[in-house]
Amino acid sequence: MDKVAIVGVGQTKYERKKKGDTFADMVYEVTVKALDDAGLTIADVGNVISVSNDFWDGRTISSMAIQDACGSRHKDISTVEGDGLFGALYGAMRVLSGSFDTTLVVSHMKCSQSRMNLITNAMFDPIYTRALGLDSITSCAMQARAYMDTFGITEEQCAKVSVKNHGNAKNNPLAQLPMDITVGDVMASGMLSAPIKLLDASPITDGAAAVILADEKAAKKCKSKPVWLKGVGHCSDAYHLGDRDLARSPALKKAAEKAYAMAGVTNPFKEVDVVELYDTFTYQELMWLEGLGFCEEGGAGRLIDEGVTQMAGELPVNPSGGCLSAHAVLVAGLARLIESTLQIRGEAGDRQVDDAKTALAHGINGPCGQGHCVMVIGA
Amino acid sequence: MPKWLEETEELVHSGRIKVPYTWWVGETGTDFFNALMGEKKIMGTYCSKCEMVFIPPRKACGRCFNERMEWRDVGPEGTLITYTVPGYRSDIHPLEPGFAYGIIKLDSADTGITHLISEYEEGEIKAGMRLEAVFNEEPQGNILDIKYFRPVK
Repeated sequence: MDKVAIVGVGQTKYERKKKGDTFADMVYEVTVKALDDAGLTIADVGNVISVSNDFWDGRTISSMAIQDACGSRHKDISTVEGDGLFGALYGAMRVLSGSFDTTLVVSHMKCSQSRMNLITNAMFDPIYTRALGLDSITSCAMQARAYMDTFGITEEQCAKVSVKNHGNAKNNPLAQLPMDITVGDVMASGMLSAPIKLLDASPITDGAAAVILADEKAAKKCKSKPVWLKGVGHCSDAYHLGDRDLARSPALKKAAEKAYAMAGVTNPFKEVDVVELYDTFTYQELMWLEGLGFCEEGGAGRLIDEGVTQMAGELPVNPSGGCLSAHAVLVAGLARLIESTLQIRGEAGDRQVDDAKTALAHGINGPCGQGHCVMVIGA
Repeated sequence: MPKWLEETEELVHSGRIKVPYTWWVGETGTDFFNALMGEKKIMGTYCSKCEMVFIPPRKACGRCFNERMEWRDVGPEGTLITYTVPGYRSDIHPLEPGFAYGIIKLDSADTGITHLISEYEEGEIKAGMRLEAVFNEEPQGNILDIKYFRPVK
């Protein structure tokens, strides 16, 4: 594969309600931050991929409203309606096509401005499923139950993920929910939909993120230390929940295998130094670690029990605090890539993992992690 | 409070997007809902290449692209695969609190149907339990013509 570098990154602070900024204001902020980070101007940007969702924005063709803010006027722009990491994938493809030397990928979201369960209900089939009133929380609760029943994962093990990630968020100035909490606090937090409790769930978040990707030649002109895309894989599962084995994630397994093969990773546990993955709910961090091949199926309970995924452990997972500490939907996958990039650069501040040479970023699409994207990056 | 809000009051514009939709259920869906309404019968579609019965029914097999799907009766009893009891109210919930969501593998089907569970005792719901469909006495031609599933007594 020709080389693609991440040369510029920018994120807003993630907040419950960003009252001071419109969608365009947030997009402008992260675009300028990413340009400054790369040492580029908007004139240097070859093309733009925007990432947004019309239902959440309450606007038809939501991408069109932020065109000025991301500097795409009179430029080639295309849009991903899905997680931001898939936006980065598309952006990388555009660089690899040879048509563009740089791609700006920008994603925005305000979960605060609508009603989450009405929006997530609308992802289900209008003929066979939507009238049941199912949403993201209740559908994922069924997945959590299937996963936990199948492998004997306990609610306490899930709670430990919440304690870890909210604790990690204390080292991330952009996180929404840095918290000192205990397993007892998580267990006593209100039941949203069994077995998922309030502190097992990611918050309602507003925010935006941007990444600039470049080919080898363009990367050399940037002031930032280039971080290279070593491997990428993406894969999707069936749409209807009942068609899938919800306790496992074969789509993630395939996506990860593709990314590892491309990156030349043969033993992910030994070769990956830090992971930023999409933990909408605590059980997902455990399930996705298994899908990513860091342990056997059902083995992630042991990883959290033994402290392996803590900052001081052998495989730190979500040093940023993860989605549990800030979950701007669609932005969150791009945030995982940005946090991974900062780790490789050695610029992750108090959340820096020592000697991080290879990082993994993960994003999901669709109900209960229907689609997965995995990127392996390094210096 | 952010600094700019100390000097002014926040302005919020409220809106509601309400757009009528008509989702034609299609030929396959029409057969499915007619059987549900007329005969209180749940039907799936069988792919002879994959040897699998799919519910909800589909016109072509998404696994092997076989277009010659055949109708098969499934249920009305089945086995619960997974479930949850929502702990919050929402006006999109079709039942009052005290119901559960479940994915149920109906007898003779190879995929699960996502639906509602009611008429159960607290603590009774467990994966592997047997459930049966309760049909709406005044069917409307939609998925709630199966009112919900309940434990087989």
